This record gives sequence, structure tokens and C-alpha cells, in this order.
Amino acid sequence: MKMDRRSFLSFLIGGAAGTTLSPLPWKLTDDLAIWSQNWPWTPVPAGGEVTFVETTCMLCPGGCGVTVRKVGDRAVKIEGTPGHPVNGGGICILGLSGLQLLYGPTRVPAPLRRAGGRGENRWEKISWDDALALVVEKLAALRENRLSHTLACISGTDGGTVGRLMERFLTVYGSPNFIRTPSMRDAYEMTLHLMQGVQASAGFDVENTDFILSFGSGILEGWGSPVRMFRAHSAWKENGAKVVQIEPRLSNTAAKSDKWLPVNPGTEGALALGLAHVILKESLHRREFVDFYAWGLDRWKNEVLSKWTPEEVEAVTGIDKSTTVALARSFAGAGRPLALCGRGKGSIPGSIGEFMAVHALNALVGNINRKGGVWAVPGPDYIRWPEVEMDATAAAGMQQPRVDGAGTEKYIFARHLLHRVPEMVAAADPSLVQALFILEANPYYTLSDPALLKKAWDKIPFIVSFSSFMDETAQNADLILPNHMYLERYEDVPYAEGFNKPYIGLAKPVVHPQFSTMHAGDVILRLAKALGDPVQKAFPWEDYEGCLDETFGDALETLRETGYRVEADFAPGSGYPAFGTASGRFEFISEESRDAGMQAMVQPQGEEPAFPLILIPFDSQRLANGYIGDPPFVIKTVPDTVLKGDALFVEVHPETAKAIGLSEGKAALLATPKGQARVRVHLFEGIMPGLVGIPTGLGHHAYDGYLAGKGVNANALMGPVEDGASGLNAAWGIRAKLSRV
Amino acid sequence: MKHEQAKKYGMVIDLDKCTGCGACMVACMAENNVPFKEDETNKLDSITWMRVYQLTNGKPFPDTDICYLPRPCMHCEGDHGHSPCVTVCPAIATDYGLDTGIVSQIYTRCFGCRYCMAACPYHARYFNWWDPVWPNGMEKYLNPNVSPRMRGVVEKCSFCYHRYQLAKDRAFMEDRRELEEEEYQTACTQACPAGAIVFGDLNNETHRVHQIVQPDPAHAGRPKNPKAFRLLERLGTNPKVYYLSSREWVRRAGDNYLPHEGPSGGH
Repeated sequence: MKMDRRSFLSFLIGGAAGTTLSPLPWKLTDDLAIWSQNWPWTPVPAGGEVTFVETTCMLCPGGCGVTVRKVGDRAVKIEGTPGHPVNGGGICILGLSGLQLLYGPTRVPAPLRRAGGRGENRWEKISWDDALALVVEKLAALRENRLSHTLACISGTDGGTVGRLMERFLTVYGSPNFIRTPSMRDAYEMTLHLMQGVQASAGFDVENTDFILSFGSGILEGWGSPVRMFRAHSAWKENGAKVVQIEPRLSNTAAKSDKWLPVNPGTEGALALGLAHVILKESLHRREFVDFYAWGLDRWKNEVLSKWTPEEVEAVTGIDKSTTVALARSFAGAGRPLALCGRGKGSIPGSIGEFMAVHALNALVGNINRKGGVWAVPGPDYIRWPEVEMDATAAAGMQQPRVDGAGTEKYIFARHLLHRVPEMVAAADPSLVQALFILEANPYYTLSDPALLKKAWDKIPFIVSFSSFMDETAQNADLILPNHMYLERYEDVPYAEGFNKPYIGLAKPVVHPQFSTMHAGDVILRLAKALGDPVQKAFPWEDYEGCLDETFGDALETLRETGYRVEADFAPGSGYPAFGTASGRFEFISEESRDAGMQAMVQPQGEEPAFPLILIPFDSQRLANGYIGDPPFVIKTVPDTVLKGDALFVEVHPETAKAIGLSEGKAALLATPKGQARVRVHLFEGIMPGLVGIPTGLGHHAYDGYLAGKGVNANALMGPVEDGASGLNAAWGIRAKLSRV
Repeated sequence: MKHEQAKKYGMVIDLDKCTGCGACMVACMAENNVPFKEDETNKLDSITWMRVYQLTNGKPFPDTDICYLPRPCMHCEGDHGHSPCVTVCPAIATDYGLDTGIVSQIYTRCFGCRYCMAACPYHARYFNWWDPVWPNGMEKYLNPNVSPRMRGVVEKCSFCYHRYQLAKDRAFMEDRRELEEEEYQTACTQACPAGAIVFGDLNNETHRVHQIVQPDPAHAGRPKNPKAFRLLERLGTNPKVYYLSSREWVRRAGDNYLPHEGPSGGH
């Protein structure tokens, strides 16, 4: 057949017309439309029976009650438990993200033994039996060589059964080195011990106060039990309570306060004493408390009146003297005023002088163990295990000084001084710590002075992490014995930070363990069993649940049902001598304290002119900065003025930036005596000139791609500053230099 | 069937109470299966149905002030349901529910032209530039009441419409027609630790939203409460999300004003 132009066109047009008239194009378009919406890789969540499990959140010391919604055997959402005494149905950003931690890629799937060099993150899966045998072998050898005291444990949990099991294990094994991670809890406990003579934690009746004087406390940044503080803040807005926030940077708390007083950094304690000066000079203090229940006022008063005049305070703090006088009058004149301290989230203890100065303000207005005031809340009393029987080795080990020096002559009031451990370990040969356990803590990330930390770390021959997650510490350990995470296990939560009533929360398994993990309590019991007597004898329980059963007795059943126990009608100071001091009264200057309260300020490390600026770390509710790092949801909410790509922004006042020649978004080198980092600059009118603000919680190198490698770890630029009187870490900042690159 | 009074679900957010903590954002992400990427710092493509913005008063230190403003979808009523986004959608993938006042988004109808995103004055709509990826195992927490979206569609806040459906189903099973105020609450309202968000039916005088806002039906729902305002009021979008603030500069930041105008006098 001959194909000419005419027939070719006819064929083409005819074919096109035929195709159009046929169902084919319509069928194909339809198929295409269906196919384009058919995404087999987009998950279709399975349905199932909806159930709710009430448990306690363990992501921070807040002790909130949470209700987990389950569909079938999957946990799908965490919500606040309505009517809960601590959080009353509210929940925070981190608590909401717990399921991303439960099901996330950061979990340690099984016991892991290091296969490469330390920190190389190469691991070999081993069985639980082999893993425990490794630890037992090491511990038995140490004990044999009378080196039991060189075992140490850094623990983020203390007071509950798991913390106490670990402490008991160390005691009967023969080591005094159970070291709790630092926080403002240390400073508050010490304050109550020195001024009130009680072993208690500080509770704050924030719901009933009408004037809040906060010395840098991040009431809206995660201080205390965060949700409780948010709820109190909303109540203050409704009932007209006044909030005065004292800190050099406009934090969220400062922005929400009725008055923000930008004070020179680190001088908050001086302002507290200045306020005390005005109150005493004008006799504004409540005599019904001070005259009858306090002691040592005269000596303290002389000191305060002579040293801390409003003029002197103005020179130190930068706060106008008339402001100080007016503030003192309104504080003392309020119905139920309350002064708070502990900077930001309170993750660094602070100077005891500052805490005592602030606590003295509460005493001047009579707000101790009273409605709307500071309450001494006795520690948990439900653990009544028999005394341990120590053999000669254990007794000898317990006689050794603690590696952190706490309780020794120089640090007589301190119970835990984790910041001293790197220094002590690095200085001695052989290492004072031969084996290190890490429980619910991430010291490799949270401790400052990275060079010293690395040096000390390298000297510890055997490091065991109990972490459920591949955090920095786990990544740099020799062996990981992964704990069930908090939604997979039973555990008692012995307190809610800053809550003013004795409280116990119970964490319950919401889902079955997702991986080959083991409860840290069971690990301790199995180690004890394998070590044999006398260690074994101190642990008469079959397993952790058995221990929990026996500890709580009948109370466990009600605890299981309600998820918590609270002493709702707790009256502070009634159940025991309110003041256990030598004088039996509240002591403004305790004889015992060796004038600890007189040093209300500590200086930052570093010298001018090499470091002309001051770096201050600041906390945010959207950046978890403790044991837990930000899950993907939370890091997603971090603003692009804090993190952009992998670059971290530091806050600088526009004038300060201009003097260095920096403008918004410019890259810069931030150097401190302890380290340096490349950052970018965010100009912020809310920060005092001369300061550099750095957000905490970033700069992780472990965890997953959602968090690792983003920003700079503020701790790595800081170093501890020891408060002379207490030994606590009081670092609130460090001198720094910012330069163009 | 007896005609029920149409609902007009709306929200009022107290900016004096809002602390900027971000719990509402994450509660929303967890409830609605919102995806996430390794890098979410480019906020233009970061999907957040609820986003908390930071406002500043622009004054120098130490008179600087900041305020946080959570921004869900405003569920604009416009003029009789002619919301900006609904009007432009060529696929009827988004619609104004006259019975609830909720602006829907039907993912399977959406073909990704993004006209609605251009039309929305509140940047409340987000486009899925990529397929959602949950790291291995993490898809276990996905909520079966909300379908995960695919690449190429627009998504936005639905006022947790699935919760409305569930509450209606429950009421139906109990032989009830009307929902109690507490029965239908959005995830952000429920989560807000500050109690700053109040959600309910603006048409119902017993609901707290109505009582707080006091909407003026004669002026397209404009609030009678002097502390209350809506975003970009003068565009006439007639949004159903109201804000409360005792601070004049915050209320002023809710719209664009000439120097001599103000939120109260500029109408």
C-alpha cells in the first residue's frame, strides 16, 4: 500500500478521532487519577479497641499524671490526666512527645558491647546473660582487690525504689559514690538544712500566693513542675497576683511578668539582700514570725544594713535605688508574697548565699510553712527496707571519701557534687573511679568543661550505661544495659519538683517492652544475686515488681488504680519539729553554716580584655536540656531565630553587635575560656548590652538525625564555678568573646 | 427531622495566659499525624497546623516586650461561607460547613494547585512537598482517626473534626442530638497547660467562647469584648478564632493600621 500525504493525514486524524471516541483515554485518565492518589507507602494506621492507661510521666522531675490513649496494642497519644493533683489535666510539649521516644529510632534495642573505640558508635549485640556476666566479673575483681569504693554511679533518680536499690547496691558492695545529677534541688535542700534544720525539699504553694518575686526562675521555662507552674501563672492572671521577674534577659517569664527588672547577670543575690535591707530598715518585716520563730536576726541585720544599702545595690546590680525601695515595700506589703530562685529550669544548683538570701526574704515576710509560702516537704518515707549488713570490705569501702568530696570537711553540707568528679578523676593516678554506672542521666552531654571531661572519661576503664536511648553517655560507654523506657515499666516517682505536698506517682507499663530491654531494678537484683553474699543478702526480692509489692504493701493496689498518692491535707511543719536547728528556730545566720549566706554572688570564669562579653545560657520550654533530648516534634517547634539548618543563633543586643561589626544572621566565632564554637548572630532588644545569650539543649552528637549535629552545646562552652561556701556549682555564665569570621 | 440550630465552632485564645510553650503545636501534630523532616528550620515548608508566632513591640531595651500568638486555621466564614480559600478552590477540596462553621480539607480531592495557600491571608495552609516518612517503627503511634496525607496535597487545621464526628457518634448511640460543650474539644485546647485556649460553639450562649467573645451578629461576629480582637479584621474574612489581650500594642499588632488609626477607632 502506498502511503501518500493524504492517507497519512487521514490515518492520523481518524486515529485521533477514534481514540477520543473510544473509552480508552477516559479510562486511562481515571486510572491515572486513582493511581495518583494511591500511595501504598503512606501508612494506614490500623484500628482497634480504644483504651486509656493512666500513668506518670518520667521525662522530667515534674511528676505529671498522663493518660495514654491506646488503639489495640498501640499507644497513639499522650494527654494530661484530668483532675491530677500536680498537673490537673495539662501537659507540656515534651510529655506530649513521649511516644516518639517510645517508638523512635533512638532506642537501644538490646544489650550492646562496644566493638570499636570509645565513642565510635560500633556495637555488638550480646545476650543479657553475657552482659550481666561481664559486669559481675568486673565488680567481683574490684571487690577482691579492695577497690570496691572505685565503683561510682551517676544517677538522675534518687529517693524512689530504683534510685534507692542502686544506692543500696553500692553501699553493700562497698562504695559511697552514689552521685545524683545536679539541680537547684541540691541548693534548696541545703538551704532548708542550714536555715530550718530539716532534711526536706522545698515546696512552693504557688497557687495561693499573690506576689511572686522571681530571681531568674524560669517559671514559664520549665522551672519546678512545668505544667503546674503554667497553671499557677494563669491563675495569677485571673486573680491579679503580681509577678516581678529579675534577670538580664527578656525570657518568656519576664515577658509575661508585671514587671521585668533587668539586673546585671549574677547579681540577683545582691538585689535580694538590698531588698532585705529596705525591709529591715523600714521595719516592714512580719514581727509575728521574725520575733517568735527566728534566730540570728540581729547579726544578719547588722550585716545587711551596713553592707547592702540601696546605693551599694544600685552600683552592683544596676537596679535604680528607688526601684529597690519601691519593690521592697510592695513585696513586704503584699498579702502572701513569695520569693523564688534557681535560674531558668534550675538545672544548675547555684550559690548557697543567693539561695539563703532569697529564702531570708521569705522569712522576713513570715512566709515559711504558711499558705502561699515555702513549705518544707519531708522526703519520701515509704521505703522501709531492713538495714544492710556490711562485711569488712563493704565497711572499709564506705569509709573511703566520696570521689566528689561531698560530706568531707570542705564540703560538709553537700550531698552530691557531680561537677567535681571530672576534676578529681583526671587528677589522680590510678583513676579514683574504676567502674562507672550511669542511670537515667546523660553526664557526657550535661557536664561542662569538655576537655577536662574527656580526660577524666578516658581514665575510667569500665563504663556501663543503663540508658533506654542512644544518648551521648551511652554512645561513649563500654556496655549498654538498656532499661525499659518509662511507658514500658513500673516505677515509683517519689516527688514532683517544687510541689508543696508529699506525693508519689506511679509509672505503669502502657505497652509491652518494644525491645530486648530489662528493668534497671531487675538488673540491680540480678547483679546482686550473681555477686553472692553479702551483696545478695541485702536484696531479698525475687524481682523488681516483688520489691515494689513489698515496699508499698496494700498501698500498691490503690496506687495502681489512681496512679498517684498525695497527702492532700499535709500541714507543713506540724508533723515534726518545724525547725530542727540548734536554736529550734528559723536561723537567718546559722552557727553551723560558717557564714555561707554571706557570699551572695560568684564571679564568672575568664578575664577581660581577652573576653570582653559575658555568655549566659538560657533555657526554653521547647528545648529539653537534661537526660532527655528533644524528640522530632519538639525540635520542629524551635524558632528559626534559634536554629537555622545546623547553625545556632546566639542573642546579642544590637548595640553590642554593632560594636563588633556584626549584623542579623551573620556568622561569628564565640570563644570562652573553655571552648569555642561557630555561631550566627540574632539581634535581640530583650538582652542586656554586653551579654551573649545561648540557648541550652542543642548541640547533641548522639540521638538521631532529627537532633544530632544541630547547633552548639552550651555546656561545652561553660565550666563549673564552685561556690566557696557550699561547693555547689554556681556557674550562671562565663566571660566570652564574639568575633567576626 | 427537626431542624437543629447551626453550630458555629470557634476559639478564643487568651494571649495574656499563653506562655509560648508550644504544647498546642505538638498536641496538634500528635493528634493529626502531622509529618516531620530531619530539618524543619525552613519554616516555609514546615507543616504546623497550629503555629505559635512571636510578636515584639519593637521598643529598645529595657522596654522591649514580646507576646506569643498561636495561629490555627481561622475557619473564616467570610460572607455566608465565602471564605478566601473555599472561593478559589477549583476542586471543591475545601468547603465551608454551614452546619458547623468548620472549613474542611478533603485530601483525596486536592490536586495541589495551592490557590488556597495563595488566598489564605493567615498562612494557615501547608503543602506536602514530600511524602511523609516516619522512621522505622514510629508509624506505630499514628492515630487511626486521621488519615496521613500524601505528597502533593494541601493540609491545614480541621478544628479536630474527627473529634466532632466521634462525639456525634457517641451522642447518637446514647440517643442524644446535642453535644455538651466538653464533649467536643480540639487537641490544642485540651493540651494547653496554661488553659489559654477556649473552644466551643459561638452560637450557643451557654458556651464559654460565646460568653467571653460576645460576638456581634450585626457586625459579622465582631467581638463586643473590648479585650478581644481578630486577626486582619478589616479584610472581612470573618474569622472564628478570637484573641484576648490586655496589652494595646498586641491588639494593634492584629491588623495593619495607619499611624492615626487604632484597633478600636479604625473601623
